[in-house]
Amino acid sequence: MRLKRRSWLSLGLMGLGYAFLYGPIASLVVFSFNKSRLVTVWGGFSTQWYGELFRNRQILAAAWLSLKIAALNASFAVALGLFAGLALARFGRFRGRSLLAGMISAPLVMPDVIIGLSILLLFVVMQQLTGWPETRGMTTILIAHVTFSAAYVTVIVQSRLVDMDIAMEEAAMDLGARPWKVFMLITLPVISPALLAGWLLAFTLSLDDLVIASFVSGPGATTLPMVVYSSVRLGVSPVINALATLILLVVTGGIVVAGVVMHRREGNARRKITPVGAGRRAVEDRV
Amino acid sequence: MRDPTAAPQYQGLLVRVWRWLAGLVFWSRVQGIARTLRGRMLVALVPTLWLLLFFLVPFLLVFKISLAESVLAQPPFTAIMHWSGEALLELRLNLANYLLLLEDTLYISAYLNSIRIAAISSVFTLLVGYPMALGIARARNTARLILLMLVILPFWTSFLIRVYAWIGILKNNGLLNNLLLTLGLIKQPLPMLHSDFAVFVGIVYSYLPFMVLPLYSTLVKIDQSLIEAAEDLGCRPLSAFWKVIFPLSLPGVTAGTMLVFIPAVGEFVIPDLLGGPDSLMIGKILWSEFFTNRDWPVASAIAVVMLLFLVVPMVIFQRSQEKALDEDGRGRR
Repeated sequence: MRLKRRSWLSLGLMGLGYAFLYGPIASLVVFSFNKSRLVTVWGGFSTQWYGELFRNRQILAAAWLSLKIAALNASFAVALGLFAGLALARFGRFRGRSLLAGMISAPLVMPDVIIGLSILLLFVVMQQLTGWPETRGMTTILIAHVTFSAAYVTVIVQSRLVDMDIAMEEAAMDLGARPWKVFMLITLPVISPALLAGWLLAFTLSLDDLVIASFVSGPGATTLPMVVYSSVRLGVSPVINALATLILLVVTGGIVVAGVVMHRREGNARRKITPVGAGRRAVEDRV
Repeated sequence: MRDPTAAPQYQGLLVRVWRWLAGLVFWSRVQGIARTLRGRMLVALVPTLWLLLFFLVPFLLVFKISLAESVLAQPPFTAIMHWSGEALLELRLNLANYLLLLEDTLYISAYLNSIRIAAISSVFTLLVGYPMALGIARARNTARLILLMLVILPFWTSFLIRVYAWIGILKNNGLLNNLLLTLGLIKQPLPMLHSDFAVFVGIVYSYLPFMVLPLYSTLVKIDQSLIEAAEDLGCRPLSAFWKVIFPLSLPGVTAGTMLVFIPAVGEFVIPDLLGGPDSLMIGKILWSEFFTNRDWPVASAIAVVMLLFLVVPMVIFQRSQEKALDEDGRGRR
């Protein structure tokens, strides 16, 4: 009995937590289909705001720029994060390890305004010294994004590598495989779900960033969060609700597809090579 | 008797031989190291160099420019070093920006206010997040996966849009006020938007996944038999929680709290969109010094002082991160 009562209490608290998480999101979606311009009073069903969204050239251009930056950022960040994760998880205590570890964990918590300001000053000083970058825009935003999202990818890759059964790599090496071959045949397949998760996370981090991009952007490079921010400052608008709903839809779809793919791969991988639990922490690794 | 003029020649030869030998030894060592470590060194070197250039060096620049003067130019700050005359390096340090931070009470109160708001929000995030993490850790396999996904999902959607959602809920004619008015709980709409309350809600809401995930990963590792043992020995569930579960989850509590507290101190978007005009947070002040006043040196000084405030929590966070990964590795091997 006692056990049951306690579990009801904790279930209730947990349910409240989830309601808190999803209530605002639900309200966003519901009011994107509102006929009335007022975001909070229901005036009947309508999809007019979606039409208005797709006629808004400024939003579309900004969305396209943001998607380009996000995709490039995710690819670079995964490469950099894979390197850093390997170094931190597999190379033991090398010189400079604590420096690298510190530079990896600092961006995870560093306030955005500090990252944005500091990297902007770097670009300005570099321009004075070398003439590059001539103008700030897509490239500078991309560099800034890669720098902080690589840290997140590193954490994901590193914890998966630490998690992974090292006996497999050792067995392959005992059987005469060269390090490069071990990496390609054993390590990479096992950590590939973490790489996929890291790619998706880096993609959304970049797509989401307002503060850092505002600092390092220049004339002509306006990303989607900047457009959303300047519109939100003027007040709530159902067009933003429609945009939010579309973003939610795309992200949820992406996550579900990635989740299914990872789940399958993990099932296969486990049957093929992994002994126990190599992929147990697929989800919690993500932050 | 040696000819004194021959000595330099002789020495020159010796030096050349010595150099050649040293070069040979050095080169063979380099080659040896390169052969064994080529791949590894490259792998560690690339991210280290990248982060040095784009993460660490920029902080030194922030410090440097915080000592410069603001001018109407492009870029809008003076050089603190320049060559005067022949080989005389003139260093002109300007501490006025730091003095300004000390003298003008606006900045001090903004720092203290940011720390207060971040601390209170961290506590609330912990209170909301702990039961969720516990519930997830106790769920069965499939349910656990789905519950975890549901915590992570909002984190993947736009942060800006999640903050925006609260404007519609909290404003005077917003959803929450309308609901409370219809229920007859209040007579007049409560001014909830543009207040500290709204900032708390915004931070708790946006940073909740950062709290739940580290908590969950420590809670899920706790050996269930420890709790059973405590209950067998007559511990009531609540005291079993306080005596067994909570102490064992402290690493997760530390990591989660730091993941919320540190970025919340410098938060810009949430206080800007949800906060009131009188409760200033330092991230917002830095933003307006930079973008509105175009005073880069003062903005840099604000950033340097903010970093000083955050160094201790950051070190705590890094330690906890390292420890968690180490234990993870050891436990699995």
